[in-house]
Amino acid sequence: MTIYDVIFYVVSLVVVAATAMAITRRNLVHAVVYLIFSFFGTAILFYLFGAPLLAALEVIIYAGAIMVLFLFIVMMIDPEWRQEIFFPLSQWLPAALFGTVYLIAGYLAVSRAPGNAAVLKLVMATPREYAVYVFKNHWLSIEIVSLLLLIALIGALHLGKGENRVEEDDV
Amino acid sequence: MSVPFEHLLLLAGILFFLGLFCAVARRNLIMIVLGVEIMLNAASLLFVGSSARWQNLEGQSFVIFILAVAATEVSVGLAIIVYAFRRTGSFDPGGYNLLK
Repeated sequence: MTIYDVIFYVVSLVVVAATAMAITRRNLVHAVVYLIFSFFGTAILFYLFGAPLLAALEVIIYAGAIMVLFLFIVMMIDPEWRQEIFFPLSQWLPAALFGTVYLIAGYLAVSRAPGNAAVLKLVMATPREYAVYVFKNHWLSIEIVSLLLLIALIGALHLGKGENRVEEDDV
Repeated sequence: MSVPFEHLLLLAGILFFLGLFCAVARRNLIMIVLGVEIMLNAASLLFVGSSARWQNLEGQSFVIFILAVAATEVSVGLAIIVYAFRRTGSFDPGGYNLLK
C-alpha cells in the first residue's frame, strides 16, 4: 500500500462525506460550501489519475466559477429560509426499495465483471500532450462547444434583462 | 498505485447516486441544479479514471466538454430560476402551476 492508495481512499471518503452533507443541508449556503469541498477533493483525484490541467480547470471552473454563481444567486434572492417539505414515508419506501435493488445489482455487476480488478497505473498527461491530442482529434467539437458557451451567454443576458421584470401588482 | 478499477467505479457510482437523490428528492430548484452538477462531476471523475485505466487520452478530452456543458447549464439554469423566482416568489417547483 503506497502513499497514493492512502491519498485515494482518504480523499474518496472525504468527497463522499462532503457530498452527502451537501445534499442534506436545508441552508443553501452551507450546501454550496460543502460542495466546494467535494469539488476540491475531485480535483485531487483528477491529479492522482494523471490530469493536472483538468484538476486546475476543476478548481477554477467548478469550485470557483460555478459554485460562486450559486452563492451569488442564493445571496441575491433571499429565499427567506422557508421550511422545505420532504416527501412522506409512504412515497419514500418504494423509491428506497428500487434504489437498493439497483445499488446491489450495480455492485454485483461491477465486482464480477472481468478486467475491473485491474490496477490503475500511475500516468501523467502533461498539458502540452493533452492540448495537442484535443486539438488534433476534437477541434470541431471544441468549436461547437465554444458556440454553445456563446449561446449560454446570450440566453442568460436575455433572461436577466430588466424588461422581463414583472411589476408587483401584476403577479 | 494499487487501486483496483472497481473501487473507482464504485466511488463514481455512489457520487452519481447522491446527485440523483438530490435532484429527485429535494423540493428546491437550486438544490435540483446542484444535484445535476454532482452527477456531471461523478461522470467526469469516471472518465478521467478510465483514461488512466486504458492509457488513452480520449477520456480526458471528454471531460473538457462536460465542463463546458456544465457551465452552460448552470448559467442558463440559474437565469431561468431567477426569472421564475421573480414571477412566483418561490423556489418550490410544486408551486409553478400557472397553467392550472
